Amino acid sequence: MSGRQIMTADEIRRATIRISHEIVEKQAGTARLALVGIQRRGVPLARRIADAIAEHEGVSVPVGALDITFYRDDLSLIAQQPVVKGTDLPFDLNGSTVVLVDDVLYTGRTIRAAMDALVDFGRPQAIRLAVLVDRGHRELPIRADHVGKNVPTSREEVVKVQLEEIDGEDGVNIERAVEAATAAPVG
Amino acid sequence: MTLIDRDVQVADSALEVPIVDSPPDAQPVGWRHRHLLDVDVLSWADIELVMRTTDAMREVLGRPIAKVPALRGRNVTILFYEASTRTRVSFEVAAKNLSADVVNIAAATSSVTKGESLVDTVRTVEALGAQMLVIRHAVSGAPYLAADVFSGSVLNGGDGWHAHPTQALLDLYTLRARFEGGSLEGRKIVILGDVLHSRVARSNIWTLTAAGADVWLCGPATLLRGFETWAGRGAADGRRFHVTSSIDEALRDADVVMALRIQKERMASGLLPSLREYAARYGLTRQRLAAARPDALVMHPGPMNEGVEIAADVASGAQSLIEEQVRNGVAVRMALLYLLAGTVRP
Repeated sequence: MSGRQIMTADEIRRATIRISHEIVEKQAGTARLALVGIQRRGVPLARRIADAIAEHEGVSVPVGALDITFYRDDLSLIAQQPVVKGTDLPFDLNGSTVVLVDDVLYTGRTIRAAMDALVDFGRPQAIRLAVLVDRGHRELPIRADHVGKNVPTSREEVVKVQLEEIDGEDGVNIERAVEAATAAPVG
Repeated sequence: MTLIDRDVQVADSALEVPIVDSPPDAQPVGWRHRHLLDVDVLSWADIELVMRTTDAMREVLGRPIAKVPALRGRNVTILFYEASTRTRVSFEVAAKNLSADVVNIAAATSSVTKGESLVDTVRTVEALGAQMLVIRHAVSGAPYLAADVFSGSVLNGGDGWHAHPTQALLDLYTLRARFEGGSLEGRKIVILGDVLHSRVARSNIWTLTAAGADVWLCGPATLLRGFETWAGRGAADGRRFHVTSSIDEALRDADVVMALRIQKERMASGLLPSLREYAARYGLTRQRLAAARPDALVMHPGPMNEGVEIAADVASGAQSLIEEQVRNGVAVRMALLYLLAGTVRP
């Protein structure tokens, strides 16, 4: 682990559980509720939130995975095409409340892409947004409905979320961009 | 061009800053090829990347709106000097599914008939905005010449007897989906018929032997000319394949039989006594297929001469993958357009 830790495994766990309660409270139940994780680290987070809802509400909420690669607005700017990780939305979006789940909210461009992708699958009644970390620096008029932790950052910093399902351990760290560029794999 | 001009300026001044919220994961393997002229320059990692990207494209094709904006604003020009239905339409559908702008040029109705050279035509379509060029030509090597003068990406849609890389990749994808664990290791795959004139066969030999398959070429000796030497020498990395004129030997316990079209238009006189004789000796009939494994798969790159190289009931039978080949063709071409688009900045 490198950089400065801003969330421990316990804090991630508590934030996830709190978000799960907030989502149910805002929806006044779990009817027509669906969680959609954004590839990659949004997907395990969405599963964790669904597990927490199952635990305190006794209801299993459908979970999907969304790959936003084809909807990025910077495909012509980056050096190489990103590897596509796949989309799986095993439920009908029409009329449902979809909670998008991602690890870090930064410029908002990922969320813009995710909303464009979602509406190609159907017409949700509402789309909400839950993120583990909001680091500011929005470039689009987008805000999160549920936030695990607000973290003021500078643009030169990189927020690295590590999740057990992908990285082997839980934790959120802040690194300087230079450091992060040499560290692998980048989250 | 990106969605909004301003985005470009913002990004240009701050390219070091990750543009999306989560920087993309470290790439296990990246796509390095600007053109797709043949499969012989692809590493196995490249092929795996095409296969994985094709999986994602299959998922896109299953969506209620089977269209994504990945190539929005890109111009894909399709320049075909030879007749084609499936390859041309497949490229067109693939490009449109990625939201590219598609320009179709059939050489038969273009200035080519007034004597314009290939190089001039390529320069002209580039001046008219082409960024990716899909080309089919009767002369082997023509796409290489086009790639020399074109500043974007060239995709070979079939050149003469030489290569048909997208067909080989879609055949590989179609087969991998049918075998346990996606492995063709040790599978006996027979390429049957007019191997001599077949760019499909030449490209498939590369990918199928690279996948570890036991490849057999079978046909009349006149249509296997030159392949004996190649087979004896082995393909790259010492990979080998077999050549035989005995259809019984070829089909025995085969896992896959790929029938090739008898290419009448390329056929010099004297190679075949008659189509009827060919059909009698090498046509893939139900009876002959019985010598292969009971679950053997049947393929054909199309278009078919039913009753010549393949019997109609075999082509439409339960073991046939022919329609699946066509369906996967769109997904594979989407994957290749997407990957190649990353190597040339608009």
